[in-house]
Amino acid sequence: MGFATALRCRECGREYPKEPINICEWCFGPLEVVYDHDRMASVVTRERIESGPPTMWRYRDLLPVGDGPVIDLHCGLTPLIKADNLGRELGLQNLYLKNDCVNPTYSFKDRVVTVAATVAKELGFDTLACASTGNLAGAVAAHAAKAGMQAYVFMPADLERVKIVGAAVYGPTVIAVDGSYDEVNRLCSEVADSFGWAFVNINIRPYYAEGSKTLGYEVAEQLGWRAPDHAVVPVASGSLYVKIWKGLNEFRDLGLIDQVQTKMHMAQPLGCSPVVTAYAAGVMDVRPVKPNTIAKSLAIGNPADGYYALKVIKESEGSATAVSDEEVIEGIKLLAETEGIFAETAAGVVVSALRRLAHSGAIGPKELTVAYVTGNGLKTQEVVEEDARPLLVKPTLDSFKEALDRRG
Amino acid sequence: MKRRVKFSFPTHLVQEPIIFQLGKDYNVVTNIRRAEVTDVQGWVVMELEGNDDDIDRGLDWVRDRGVRVDPVGGDVVES
Repeated sequence: MGFATALRCRECGREYPKEPINICEWCFGPLEVVYDHDRMASVVTRERIESGPPTMWRYRDLLPVGDGPVIDLHCGLTPLIKADNLGRELGLQNLYLKNDCVNPTYSFKDRVVTVAATVAKELGFDTLACASTGNLAGAVAAHAAKAGMQAYVFMPADLERVKIVGAAVYGPTVIAVDGSYDEVNRLCSEVADSFGWAFVNINIRPYYAEGSKTLGYEVAEQLGWRAPDHAVVPVASGSLYVKIWKGLNEFRDLGLIDQVQTKMHMAQPLGCSPVVTAYAAGVMDVRPVKPNTIAKSLAIGNPADGYYALKVIKESEGSATAVSDEEVIEGIKLLAETEGIFAETAAGVVVSALRRLAHSGAIGPKELTVAYVTGNGLKTQEVVEEDARPLLVKPTLDSFKEALDRRG
Repeated sequence: MKRRVKFSFPTHLVQEPIIFQLGKDYNVVTNIRRAEVTDVQGWVVMELEGNDDDIDRGLDWVRDRGVRVDPVGGDVVES
């Protein structure tokens, strides 16, 4: 039956039964899953986790699901790679990359959606839905296909065709909304209120968000049951960043790791950096912005978890960095050219922020650092396509040699 | 019709009675649930109740005044 017992408001503390709701009826604060940690602690051990499946479902005792089957595309337990080449470039001797490019639909969104789809089934829903500009749409459509559920995916009408295809192939109903970003937001909130669907990041959001904890769990387990000294995490809504911190602290509370002294560093693109701006100003109020960045996967102008992300920076003595679009591209290329990992723009943000943190001394050369790579570069090829300039040659050896000489 | 919204006020509007005028001029019932107001900025989370068209016209007026209006739960369009 699992260990999740209720939902609780993060603001006023009121509790609710485990239902498809995400906002406190009293104060409109966000709801979060509550667990029976004593019962959980009596069951969860390193050995129990290690004997589980080679997916993120090895942590199912710590997720808000029951004992039934899960909607699983074999997500998680992605590689934690020692990045010696990138580390050498940055002056870091103990750098690791958590590579979530290799999840079933090529981004970390599979982690949250596998939990959301499982909970949606448990709650009796037959339809999954989301509003997305790419990654989430693919993850929702794929998991709905696996679960035999209907899927509705809302996208802005001007979205690039390749991103629509990445979701449409799984057979959902794709709705292209001809309106501004704010209007798409509003429509989806109204649809979630009006239709009896599991809208993964609206009425299922408290459960959905818990899936991101597994990026904290996995790193700790893969490091030999310890937390890193530093984590560098991309921030859009702020949920991923907050939940990685929560995951590490839950492991400590359960006695699975000794301590958590991880400094949590967040990274945002300069063109959409409301949380970094608040941090720099020393305030806890995140002022919404209109996104203007090539890092579309981080372009959330009104981040739902911005305030809680600021709290995590304080608690962990972390930091917040914003990088320019030029640095995003540099970061993507540096990662690809040093480690052979072609990641999307969010990783470009992370790698460039990491470079700044290393150069400023915020991260010491020998400190154990994990940088999160959350999505595959094939999804955002357009940002680096200008660099794809093949050497044009005639089919002769002379022409080939001349081309090599020209390249220098 | 009810709608849950968050108003974010810039410094120059913090002292303006915008919520009062929204209720008075557009026939919208405003029900504040959480808020934080300082001398430089402020936000208010509330529920609006009224005719759908009245709420839309009222919110357009609020935006025109320079207040940002967002859904309570943050943006839901994710990557």
